[in-house]
Amino acid sequence: MNITPIKAAHVLLAELLYKPVKLDKGYTGKILYVNLSQNHIVEKPADPVLKEKFIGGRGYGLKLLWDAVKDTSKWNDPENEIIIAPGPIAGITQYPGAGKSYLVTLSPLTECAYDSNVGGYFGPFLKFSGFDALEIQGKAETDVVIVIDGRLGRVTIEAAPLEAINTHVLVEQLTQLYADNEADRVNISVVSAGQAAEHSHIGGLNVSFYDVRRKIDRIKQAGRGGIGTVFRDKKIKAIVIKSPPVKGDLNNPADKALIDKAGIKLHKEIATLDDKQNAMRKTGTTYLDSIMNDYDLLPVNNFKFGADPEAYRIAKEEFAKYFNVSGHDGCWYGCTLACAKVVNSFELKTGPYKGEKVPIDGPEYETVGGVGSCCGIFDPEYILECNFYCDTYGIDTISFGNIVGFIMECYENGILDKEKTGGLELRFGNADAALELLHQMARGEGFGKIAGLGVRRLKKYFIEHFGADERFVNDIGMEAKGLEYSMYMSKESLAQQGGYGLTNKGPQHDEAWLIFMDMVNNQIPTFEDKAEALHYFPMFRTWLSLVGLCKLPWNDIVPANNRLTDEPAKIPEHVQNYIDLYNGVTGQQIDKQEMLRQSEAVYQFQRVFNLRMGFGTREHDRVPYRSVGPVTEEEYLSRQNRYDGQLKEKLGVDPAAFTVTEKMQILRDFREKQYQKLCDAVYKRRGWDENGIPKVETLKAFGMDFPDVIAVVEKALAGSLK
Amino acid sequence: MRILGKKESLCIQCQACERVCSNLYFKDESPEKSAIRINREKTAERVITVCSQCGQCETICPINAIVQDRNGVYRIDKKLCVGCLACVGFCPEAAMFHLPGANEPFKCVACGACAKQCPTGAIFIADIEKGGEL
Repeated sequence: MNITPIKAAHVLLAELLYKPVKLDKGYTGKILYVNLSQNHIVEKPADPVLKEKFIGGRGYGLKLLWDAVKDTSKWNDPENEIIIAPGPIAGITQYPGAGKSYLVTLSPLTECAYDSNVGGYFGPFLKFSGFDALEIQGKAETDVVIVIDGRLGRVTIEAAPLEAINTHVLVEQLTQLYADNEADRVNISVVSAGQAAEHSHIGGLNVSFYDVRRKIDRIKQAGRGGIGTVFRDKKIKAIVIKSPPVKGDLNNPADKALIDKAGIKLHKEIATLDDKQNAMRKTGTTYLDSIMNDYDLLPVNNFKFGADPEAYRIAKEEFAKYFNVSGHDGCWYGCTLACAKVVNSFELKTGPYKGEKVPIDGPEYETVGGVGSCCGIFDPEYILECNFYCDTYGIDTISFGNIVGFIMECYENGILDKEKTGGLELRFGNADAALELLHQMARGEGFGKIAGLGVRRLKKYFIEHFGADERFVNDIGMEAKGLEYSMYMSKESLAQQGGYGLTNKGPQHDEAWLIFMDMVNNQIPTFEDKAEALHYFPMFRTWLSLVGLCKLPWNDIVPANNRLTDEPAKIPEHVQNYIDLYNGVTGQQIDKQEMLRQSEAVYQFQRVFNLRMGFGTREHDRVPYRSVGPVTEEEYLSRQNRYDGQLKEKLGVDPAAFTVTEKMQILRDFREKQYQKLCDAVYKRRGWDENGIPKVETLKAFGMDFPDVIAVVEKALAGSLK
Repeated sequence: MRILGKKESLCIQCQACERVCSNLYFKDESPEKSAIRINREKTAERVITVCSQCGQCETICPINAIVQDRNGVYRIDKKLCVGCLACVGFCPEAAMFHLPGANEPFKCVACGACAKQCPTGAIFIADIEKGGEL
C-alpha cells in the first residue's frame, strides 16, 4: 500500500511534547486532555479523588464526563467528551482478560452517560505512554487523527484528509504509517469508526491490535451505546497510539509474584478444563448459540420466540468451519481463554468491497443472535458478511440486529411496506434486504438512514409517519432507556427482566445475567433473593469495569471444584484471584467487601448522573412488554402450556374459562405487577427511595456525597414529592 | 532434534543435575532455579521433569518469542517476551519454569551440562531424528 500521499497530506494542527511518566503501582497520575475545537492538548495531573473514589476505567470516565458536561448537554454538543480509561490492573500480561479499556460518553441513544468496554491494545498502550485516561472534548472542523507517541513523548492533532473512513482499510493505512517497520506494528493500536457511524446513532468503535502470527491487523469493538457516532460527530477519523515495547512489569506492580501466581493458576485451569467446559479457545462465545436455543432463550424474530428448528445452522460447529484457530487468539497478551476468533479470509458478496477477501473478527454469540436469529436469518455466510460490514462501517451488531428484527416485525404487521422502505422487502429471514439496509446506512441514504435512528426513535417515527399502533410498537420495540436489548430472552425470568431493566446504562447483559439462577435452577425464588442477586452481580461486575478486566475469564471457565463451593454462581476462587491482582498491582489490601464497596460507590454515582441528565427514576426503569411476556397470540400459543400453567398455579385462574386474549391480559397484569414489585425490592436493597432515587444517606455511606451530587439528588427528591 | 532424554528407572534422586543447572544459569545452587527438576519422593510416579521439546510453548506464545534454534531446541527470546506466562500454564510436561516476580520464564535448552554430571546416565543428550543418544 502506498501511504506516501496520505502522510504528505497531513497538516499539524496542535502538538504537545511531554515526558512520559512511568507507571507506579498501576497508575501514572496523569490525564491526557485533547480539545478539538481549540486544537489544545494538555497533560494534566489526575485529581486524587479519581484514584481514591473512582478507581479507574468506567469510574474515571464517569467523573471526568460529569465535570465536563452541563445538565442540559446533548450528545452532539461540543462539551460532550469521549473518555478512554483502562484502569489500574489493565496492562498486566500474566492474567487472562486484563487488557480492557472503558469508553464513556453521553450517548446518542440513551442521552445519558454510557460506558462500553473493549479489548485490543489501546488501553494498556495508553498507560505505557504515560496516561491513566484520554479525555477528548470539542469538535474538529475537518477530519483529524490524534496521534500519541509514547516513546517520543509527543501528542499531535493532525488534519487527515486522505485516509479511508472504514476501519479495515484505515487501520492498515495508519498502522503502516506510524510503525517504524514490520516488527514495530505490534506496538501500534488504532481506535476508529466507519461510514455508518456518521449516519446513525448506533456507531461503535474498533480498537486494533497487530496479530504477529497471521500478520494482519485485528480489531475488537466498543460497540454499544453510539460512541462511534460521537466519535465521527467530533470529526475524529482515528486515534493512533505508538507504545514502548511491552514487558510484563510495566505497571510497576507492588507485588508481582502475587499476580504471577494467580495468572499461572488460571492458565493451568484453562489448559486443562476449557475443552471440557465451554471450548472458548476453539469456538469463542459461539458455544452459547445452541445452549440458548436449547433453553428457549435465543431471540428469534425480534424476541418473539426463544428457539427455532433452524438454529442448528448457526451453531458453533458451523462457525468452527470458518474459524482459523491459533494457539493465541487473545485480544491482549496473556489471555489464554482466547475468545477472539478470526475468520482469516472471507470473500465478500455485496457492498463496496464485493469480491475482496477479508479477515473477520468473530462473530460472537451476540452478533449471531442479533443479526441472525433475531432477524429470522439462519445463514452463517450472511452473519459473517454482516459482521464484517458492521465492524468496518463502525456500527454495533447488537443494535443493528435488534433494529432490523423490529423493522421486520413492523413490516410483517403491515406498518411498513415496500413503498415505505424504498423497495426493501424487510420480512423475517430476508438476508439480502438486511444487507442492503446496512449499506444504505453506511451511505446515509434511504430507509437505512431512518433505521439508524435506533428502536426508540423508530417507534416514534412509525407512529407519527406511518400511523403505527402506539401500544403495539411500544410493546415489541426491544429497547429500554433508549438502548436496544442484547441477545437473551428475559420473558420467563423475572430476575433477568430486572437484570436488563434495572441497569444504569440500558439493557446490556454486562451488569447481571441471572436467567439460569432464576429460571432454570430456581435459586432465587423470592423478591428479596432476586433483589440480592440484582445487588451483588451488578456491583461485582461493575468492579471489573473499574480496574480494566474482562468478564469472560470470571465465569466462562471455572475451577474444577467450583460447584462444591458455598456460592458457585459467584466463582469464589476467581473473585479471590481478582483481589490478589488488585492488591498485587496497587499494594493496597482490599477484601471482598471493600471490592464491592468501591464498585457500589461508582454505581450510585452513575445512577445520580442519570438523574442529572433528566432520567434515573422509576419511569425510566420500565421495560417493553415483549421482554416480560407474550405480546401476541402467536407468542402465547407457542408457550401455551407454560402460560396456562402459570395462570393456574400462581393466580388460581382456570385457563379453560378464558379466551387467549383474556388470558394474555390476565398474565400481563400479573407479570407487570411482578416487575414493579421487583423494582420495589431492588430499590430498597440498593438504598434508593420508592422512585429509584439514591437516598442521601446511601450516597454518604459510599463517600459519594460531593455537594454537586447531593444537589442533584435533593432536586430530584423535591421533584418526586410534588 | 536435540533433547535432554531421560531414563527414569536409573535416577537415584541425587539432584546433581539441579545443582549444575541452577549454578550454570543463575549462579546459585537452588532447585527452584533449575530447568530440570527431581521429585524427591520415593514413590513418585515421575521423578524427572524436563522439557521434551514438544513445541506447545511456541504455539501458545502470543508474540513469537519462543522459536526453535537450528538444533530444534525451543528457546525464549527474552527481549521479545512479554511475560504473560501462558507457556508456563500450558506446558504439558510442567517443564516451563518461572521465578515468582521475574519477567520471563525459563526452560531446558538441552545444553547437556547436567547430563555430564549425572552419575547413573539417567539423563542424556539425544537426537530424536537420529534415534538415540549423542
